[in-house]
Amino acid sequence: MSTKVVSLLDREILTKAIRDAFTKLDPRAQLKNPVMFVTLLGALLTFEQLVTSKEPFGYVLQLALWLLFTVVFANFAEAVAEGRGKAQARALRSSRKQLVAKRRRKDGALESVDALQLRKGDVVFVATGELIPSDGEVIEGVASVDESAITGESAPVIREAGGDRSAVTGGTRVLSDQLTIRVTADPGEGFLDHMISLVEGARRQKTPNEIALTILLSALTFIFLLVIIALKPFGVYANVLFSVTTLIALLVCLIPTTIGGLLSAIGIAGMDRLLQRNVLAMSGRAVEAAGDIDVLLLDKTGTITLGNRMAAEFVPAPGVSPDELAAAAQLSSLADETPEGRSIVVLAKEKFNLRGRELTGTHNFVPFTAQTRMSGLDIDNRQIRKGAAESVKAWVIAQGGVYPPAVSESVDKISRQGGTPLVVAENRRVLGVVYLKDVVKGGIKERFAQLRTMGIRTVMITGDNPLTAAAIAAEAGVDDFLAQATPEMKLARIREEQAKGHLVAMTGDGTNDAPALAQADVGVAMNSGTQAAKEAGNMVDLDSNPTKLIEIVEIGKQLLITRGALTTFSIANDVAKYFAIIPAMLVGAFPAIAPLNVMHLASPQSAILSAVIFNALIIIALIPLALRGVAYRPIGAAAMLRRNLFIYGLGGIIVPFIGIKAVDLLLNAIHLI
Amino acid sequence: MNAPDAWIQFALYIGALLLITKPLGLYLVRILDADGKTWFDPVVRPVEQLTYRLCGIDPKREQSWVGYAFSLLAFSLVGMGFTYFILRYQDCLPLNPQGLPGLSPHLAFNTAASFTTNTNWQSYAGESTMSYFSQMVALTIHNFTSAAVGIGVAAALVRGISRHTAKTIGNFWADTVRVTYYLLAPICVVFALFLVSQGIIQNFKPYTTAKTLEPYTIQVARIDDVGKPVMVDQVVDTQTIVQGPMASQIAIKMLGTNGGGYVNANAAHPFENPTPLSNFFQMLSIFAIPSALTYYLGRMVKNQRHGWAVWGAMFTLFVVGVLVCWKAEAAGNPIHQQLGVAVTDGNMEGKEVRFGIFNSALFATVTTDASCGAVNAMHDSFTPLGGLVPLFNMETGEVIFGGVGSGLYGMLIFVVLAVFIAGLMVGRTPEYLGKKIETYDMKLVMLVLMLPAATILGFTAWASISTWGQAGLNNAGPHGFSEILYAFSSAVGNNGSAFAGLTANPADGNPHWNIALGLAMLIGRFLMIIPILALAGTLAGKKLIPPSAGTFQTEGVTFVVLLIGTVLLVGALTFLPALALGPIIEHFLMSSGSLF
Repeated sequence: MSTKVVSLLDREILTKAIRDAFTKLDPRAQLKNPVMFVTLLGALLTFEQLVTSKEPFGYVLQLALWLLFTVVFANFAEAVAEGRGKAQARALRSSRKQLVAKRRRKDGALESVDALQLRKGDVVFVATGELIPSDGEVIEGVASVDESAITGESAPVIREAGGDRSAVTGGTRVLSDQLTIRVTADPGEGFLDHMISLVEGARRQKTPNEIALTILLSALTFIFLLVIIALKPFGVYANVLFSVTTLIALLVCLIPTTIGGLLSAIGIAGMDRLLQRNVLAMSGRAVEAAGDIDVLLLDKTGTITLGNRMAAEFVPAPGVSPDELAAAAQLSSLADETPEGRSIVVLAKEKFNLRGRELTGTHNFVPFTAQTRMSGLDIDNRQIRKGAAESVKAWVIAQGGVYPPAVSESVDKISRQGGTPLVVAENRRVLGVVYLKDVVKGGIKERFAQLRTMGIRTVMITGDNPLTAAAIAAEAGVDDFLAQATPEMKLARIREEQAKGHLVAMTGDGTNDAPALAQADVGVAMNSGTQAAKEAGNMVDLDSNPTKLIEIVEIGKQLLITRGALTTFSIANDVAKYFAIIPAMLVGAFPAIAPLNVMHLASPQSAILSAVIFNALIIIALIPLALRGVAYRPIGAAAMLRRNLFIYGLGGIIVPFIGIKAVDLLLNAIHLI
Repeated sequence: MNAPDAWIQFALYIGALLLITKPLGLYLVRILDADGKTWFDPVVRPVEQLTYRLCGIDPKREQSWVGYAFSLLAFSLVGMGFTYFILRYQDCLPLNPQGLPGLSPHLAFNTAASFTTNTNWQSYAGESTMSYFSQMVALTIHNFTSAAVGIGVAAALVRGISRHTAKTIGNFWADTVRVTYYLLAPICVVFALFLVSQGIIQNFKPYTTAKTLEPYTIQVARIDDVGKPVMVDQVVDTQTIVQGPMASQIAIKMLGTNGGGYVNANAAHPFENPTPLSNFFQMLSIFAIPSALTYYLGRMVKNQRHGWAVWGAMFTLFVVGVLVCWKAEAAGNPIHQQLGVAVTDGNMEGKEVRFGIFNSALFATVTTDASCGAVNAMHDSFTPLGGLVPLFNMETGEVIFGGVGSGLYGMLIFVVLAVFIAGLMVGRTPEYLGKKIETYDMKLVMLVLMLPAATILGFTAWASISTWGQAGLNNAGPHGFSEILYAFSSAVGNNGSAFAGLTANPADGNPHWNIALGLAMLIGRFLMIIPILALAGTLAGKKLIPPSAGTFQTEGVTFVVLLIGTVLLVGALTFLPALALGPIIEHFLMSSGSLF
C-alpha cells in the first residue's frame, strides 16, 4: 500500500473524470470559480451568437465549442485529481468494509454488530485473528497487530493499554492475544473519511493562500472584463465594429483561465501526494503551512540516530593489549542479546578477527540488573564484567584492585564526545573501555544541509545530557538541540520559536506530546501513537516514520511552487494572445496594421480561433504538471526563483507564440477555417 | 540618436540623479521622523513648534491608518474648498492688476481638484485666467501641501512595512508640516534663486505691452455692416508680455512633481524655462524626491539593496522610455521626409529649438514617468510612437519614479503584487520583507489596481462616443482618440500633462470635460490613497518572520526583472487594446501615408 501510486493514466479514473467534467458544468458549481464562470458565460453567449451573428456558422460554432471545452477541460483536471485522491483513499478504506464488531453490552455480554453502527465510546472486544472494527484506544490487553494494510510495513507492532502505544486503527488485524478497545470515532469521522472529504472538490475548503490567489484572479478577470466592455465604444469611435464573438474570445484569452482552471486540481493533487506517502492531513491549510515551515523539531532517537548505540572503539587500559580487551569484551557480551551487546561482538570480530567462540568449561552468565548495573561471564576462574564506569570501579576496588587514572580519563573523554563508556574488567584488573556511540543515520547530515539551503533550521530533541547532545548534534549537522528535554520544554521551545516569527513543525506520538503537537504549526502524529497525540496534531503519518516530516515540507513547498508557476505562466501568456487577436480585430478596418501580426496567422478568424484553441488545450497540456507538481529542488530561494521565473515566466511569454502558430497552421491545413 | 552631446547630457542627468539619491534619502529619514534632527533645526524648529501649537497638534501622537486617512481627507477637502472659492471670486481679491474675472464653477472645481490632487491639469491658460493672488495663494499652496501629503502617505506605507505588531503608521499633521518646512521650502528658496539667475521673472508688475520690431499682418474673422462674416486684415505691431511671480512657483512645480505652469506654454515658455541649464535642473528636480524616497525605503526597512532594486526597476523603465521616445522623435515623420521637409532634423514640430529633439524627448519621459506634467514641448505633436511613451508611462500607474510619494507607494503596490505572484515559486506562501501577504492585503492591492484602470477606461469610453467628448478634440481619427485617452490617463495618474489638442474648457461653457476630469483626478488620488493607507495599517500590525535561505528575496537582478515584468504585464497590458486604437494604429497609418 505504501508504495501504491495511482497512475496518471488509470483508465477507470479517466472515464469517470470525463463524465464528471460535464456534470460539473452546472453553473452553481462554477460560481465558486469566477474565472471559469465568466468563461462558461462567454461560451453560452457565443452559442447564442450562432443565431444572430453574421459571421460564418462553422467559425462561430467552433469558437463556442472550444470555449465550452475550456471549462470542460478545467473540470476534467479537477475530476482527475479528485479521482486519484479518492482511489488512493478508497484503497485505504476498503479494508474497513463489512467488519463485524463484538460490542460489549452494559451487562458485560458481547453482541455482534455491524462496524458501521459503532459509536464513539462503545467498547469492543477483538480476539486473535480478527480485524479491529474502528479507530480506538486499547483499554485492556496487549497484542501484536498487523498494520500492514494501512502502513505497508509487514512487521507486526505491539499495541497495549496505557502508555504511548494504545491507539489502534480500524481495518488492522490482531495477530496474537486479544484486545478490548474503546471506539474513539464515529464511523464517517475517522481520519480516512476526513481525508476523503479533502480530496473532493465540491466539499473542499479553500486554503488561505488559495483564497488570496482567487481574489487576484477575480480582480484580473474584472479588469479584463472592463477592457473588453470599453472596446465596444472605442470601436464605435474608430468606426470599427467588433463582433460579440471576437470580444468574448479576447476576454477568455486574457483572463487567467490556465491557473483558474487548474487551481483546484493543484490543491487536491497536493493532498493526493501526501496520501501516497501515507500521510493523512486534517486540512489543506496544514499542507500549505508545511511549505512555510522554517524550524523542524526532530526527536533524536529513530529520526536522527538509529534506535540503538553501537560499539565503535576499544580503548585499552595501560599495559593491556587491544586484543585482550576485545576478547574479554566479546566474551562478556556473548550472552548479551541487547543491540549494544551484539554490536560489541560484531566490532571485536571486525577489528580483531575474533570469532564468537564456543564456550568450553564451566561458565556462568551474569545478567544485567538495575542494582549491579553490570553484566558479564564467569568462566573457569575468570570473572569478566562490563558496565557503567562507577559500578565497575566499585566492583574492582572491592576486590582490592586498582582503578587506573588513565581509564578514568578515557571514560571522561568518551562522555564528552557524546558516547557511552562501558568499562570492562577481569577480576581485579581493569582492561579498558568500550566506546558505545549513537549512530547517526546514513545520509541524514546531507539531508539537514539541504534543509538549510531551503531555509529550514533543524532542532534535535533529546533526553541526553547537554554534552552528549552537543556531540551528536555536531555529528548529525543539526543547527540546534534541546538536551534533557521534557514535554514542557518542547512546548516552551515551540512557543519561543513562534514568538520570533518562525513556523514550527514537529512529530510526536506520546500523550505528553499532545500539547506541543497542538501548538506546532504542523504537528505530525505517528499512527502508532496515542489517540490524544493524533487528535492534537494536524497530520497523521500512517508509517509512523518521523523522517517523513521532511517529505511533508517538500510536498507543501511543491504545492505552492506549482500554484505560483502556473499563475505566472498564465499571466505571461497574455502577451502572445494580444499579438494574435488585436491585429486580427483591426486589420479589417485598418489594413496598415498588418505588420503587427508577427506570427503571420493566416486570417483574422483563424487567428482568433487559434488563440482560443491554444488557451483551451494548454489546460489539458498542463494537467500532468498540476497533478505531479513542479519538481522541487533544495537549491535555495534565490536560485529557485531565477529558475522558475525563467521557465514559467519567460516560457509563458514564448510558448503561446509557438503554440498559436502551430494551431493556426493545423487549422488551415485541414481546412477547418 | 548619433548626437554625442545628447548622450553626454543623458549621462550627466543619470549621474546627477544617482549623486543626489543617497544624501537626499538620508535627509528624508530625518524629516519623516518626528524626532529627527536636521541642520535647519535652529531656524525652522521654532516655526514648526509654533505651527503645532497654533493648530493644536501633538506631533508625537501617532495615528492608526483610519486616523491618518481621516486627517488627510479632511485636510484635502478644506484645502480644495479654499482654492475653489478664491478662484471663483478672484475679481474681488487683491493682486489682480489685469482685472481678470472669477472662474466658472466647473473650471474652479476642475482646477481646485487638480491642484489638491497634485495633478495640475490646467483646463485654462494661466496668463489669461489667473490673478497673481490666485497663482500664489490658491494654487501654489497646494503645490506644497499636495506634495507633502503624497510624501507622507509614502512614508506611512514604508512605516507599515518596516514596523511589526504596531497599531500606528505616523502622524499626518507632523508629516505634512515637517515635509513642507524642512524639505520643500528650503530647497525651493535655493532653487527659485537659481532660476532667477537663469532669467526667470519674479515680480508683481502688470503685463507689459511692447512694440514689436517688425509689424505683421494677420487675417481675423469679423462681421461686416450687413451682418455677413468676412475676413479682414489686421496689422499687429504690439505684443503683451506676461509678468508675475514665476520663479517661486516654478521651483515647487518641479520639485513637488506638480507641473502646473504659470503660463499656458508651461516649461516651453522662455520665462518659465529659459536656458539649457534651467531645463537640466528642472528635470533633475522632478526626479529628485521620488528617487530619494527609494533610498528612504531601503534605509527604513533595513535592506538598502531592496531600496536600490526598486530604484533599479524604475530606472530601467525610465531609460527604455527615453530611448524609444528619442528614437521615434529623431527618426521624425516619414511623410515630411518624402516631401523633403526637415529631412535630417527629426520631428521638430511643437518643440523649442533651444531644447532640440533629445531634451524634449527626455523632458517628456521624465515628466510623465513622474506624475509632474510640466512640458517643454507639445506632446500632441510628437510622432505616434514618441507620444505613446508618455501615454504608456502614465498608464503604468505613474510608478517610474512617479510623483513625490505617489510614485513610491504606487510602485510598492506592484512590489507586493510581484511578491504575491512569484513569491509562491520559492515554495512559501508569499511574504514581503517578513510580512505574510494574505487575502485582505490582496483585496487592497487589487482595489488599487482596478480603480485607475476602471476609471481611465470608463471615462475614455464615455467621452469617445459622446458629443461633448468629441467636441473637445482638435484632431480626428486615432490621434483624437489618443487625446481623450491621454487626458484621462493623465487625470487619473495625477500627472496633469495633456495632448494639448484637447479643449477641456470650451468657449460654449460645456462643463462635461471639466467635471469628468475633475472626478477622474479625485478618484485617482483619494480612492487610491485610502486602500494604500489601509495596507500600511494591516502590514504594520503583522508579525515579522525572520529571513532565511528559503525567503523570497526582494533584491538583486532577478527581483528587478520580476518587478519590471509585473509593471508591464499587469499594469500596462490592461491598456494595450486602447493603445492599439490610438498611437499604435496611428503609427502604422503614418507609415502607410496618412496623418491626423
